[in-house]
Amino acid sequence: MKIYSHPKSLRNVSTHYCPGCGHSLAHRLIAEVIDELGIREKVIAVAPVGCAVIAYDYWDFDCSEAAHGRALAVATGLKRVRPQNIVFTYQGDGDLAAIGTNETIHAANRGENVSVFFINNAVYGMTGGQMAPTTLLNQKTSTSPLGRSAAAQGYPLKISEMLALLPGVKYIERVSLHSPQEIMKTKKAIRQAFVNQIEGVGFSLVEILSPCPTYWGLSARESMAWIKNTMIKEFPLGIIK
Amino acid sequence: MAKTKILMTGNEAIAKAAIDAGCRFYAGYPITPQNELIAYMANNMEKSAGVFIQAEAEVAAINMVFGASAAGARAMTSSSSPGISLKQEGISYIAGAELPALIVNIVRGGPGLGNIAAAQSDYFQATRSGGHGDYHCIVLAPASVQECYDFTGLAFNLADKYRTPVIILGDGLLGQMMEPIVLAKPQVSSLKSQDKPWALTGCKGRKANVVKSFYLKEGDLEKFNLKLQKKYQQIQLKEERYEELYVNDAKIVLVAYGSMARIAKSAVKALRGRGKKVGLIRPITLWPFPKQVFSKRLTSNEKYLVIEMSYGQMLEDVQLAICGRAKVEFLGRAGGGVPSEEDIMRKVNEML
Repeated sequence: MKIYSHPKSLRNVSTHYCPGCGHSLAHRLIAEVIDELGIREKVIAVAPVGCAVIAYDYWDFDCSEAAHGRALAVATGLKRVRPQNIVFTYQGDGDLAAIGTNETIHAANRGENVSVFFINNAVYGMTGGQMAPTTLLNQKTSTSPLGRSAAAQGYPLKISEMLALLPGVKYIERVSLHSPQEIMKTKKAIRQAFVNQIEGVGFSLVEILSPCPTYWGLSARESMAWIKNTMIKEFPLGIIK
Repeated sequence: MAKTKILMTGNEAIAKAAIDAGCRFYAGYPITPQNELIAYMANNMEKSAGVFIQAEAEVAAINMVFGASAAGARAMTSSSSPGISLKQEGISYIAGAELPALIVNIVRGGPGLGNIAAAQSDYFQATRSGGHGDYHCIVLAPASVQECYDFTGLAFNLADKYRTPVIILGDGLLGQMMEPIVLAKPQVSSLKSQDKPWALTGCKGRKANVVKSFYLKEGDLEKFNLKLQKKYQQIQLKEERYEELYVNDAKIVLVAYGSMARIAKSAVKALRGRGKKVGLIRPITLWPFPKQVFSKRLTSNEKYLVIEMSYGQMLEDVQLAICGRAKVEFLGRAGGGVPSEEDIMRKVNEML
């Protein structure tokens, strides 16, 4: 019985991610699904600006960089030129829901046949723990040192729910990495987003709640509990569309 | 092939030439005075099995071009001054990722929203890396609708050859005026993926390709910059282009590009008719600036008159090329003002 093998789509290297970070888990799930669907040689990924900027050092298939927030514009160019390839973006909350909101909404509204993996960790990791559009109310970050206040900084942006209103969007699900059970659900959602693209269904997005122990000021274990007990209240899991 | 003559605007000539040259991806955002170009693309790109996208923003358009070019297609965008300012981030990334692309700027008056009249006030932005970082775009300046057609094919070939963004710098006059043009043999490249082994096509039968401009490891970015600089030196060595008119015995040499060169040429011909020894140098590549034509012909008693629809931008390149060895004067108007043939003749008569 085969118990374990390293995904072909994932290079056998150590990552730069902090202990307890969700990115390496999400990278691995995507790599496993790509292997299982047999699409590695057709995939073109778009890496974001953010902690996952060098995702192309970890995945072993064609990848493009994109300027901060522009991943879905780059993906649009790639997919329209090569509709036979499988194009996906991997974006953080700042990339997808702050500086890239325009690109996100319009790629979704055009119904681009791409898959989007949206890592929501409620904080900016790469730049050192600043407020994200998805930072929770009262959550402390280096740019909301007293805690995010609705009056001064607005509310956590629920971009998945916003995008679900658009007819061009075919599938949106919010999942989480906080327990083995949820990780398996995350993998299933990733698979669905790729299958949709293969079948030509249209724009699919998986929002993945992901731990950032470093900038949450929590241990890895506490971070998983924080997602389960706090973050999910603001960002409920399940199929949104 | 029989030579066909057709009447069209500069904007349409660029669009037609792009499709004839194998451009199969266009993304843009409407802005005056280049709307004939995007409309031509909307009408014709899909007929040629290409992709046309009216983007949600200038920023998105240039990044779609990044993606299309990374996928191996000949790709372009077009806009006018304020829109080109918005594209600068993307152009920097395209230069940094060494992707070929064509960016057309049909220049209008600035700064800010300015107006929609023709101007040449974006010369600095086009010829000095307009975005962040040490890079250059090759900049071609057509002066007729025929050249709008011819330089577009050339622009794609240069972009592919050097894997670099190329800018066609026109202006509102050139974009919107109609002239008859001869359709030369299209300069189509074969566009096969083996010609672009770096392109993202899926990693079947090869190692994974990465298109990026990010070099985090100490020393890597400097190494990459040195590689870019070497490429720019090659371009400077091989790609300077210009036109000369009556310069051999000229006492006064006018220097003008684009639409302004058309008016300067009329003034030169009128002054020659009156026996005045006047000539014209018309830079065709604004970057690389044709320095050699200035250094090879300097005599002690000649003067230069730089004429622009700006307040003296190309002037600085002429001064750098001449380096104090001759007198350089300037005549310029902008914001919708265009130096006339009479203005030029008056200024020349003062200088003689």
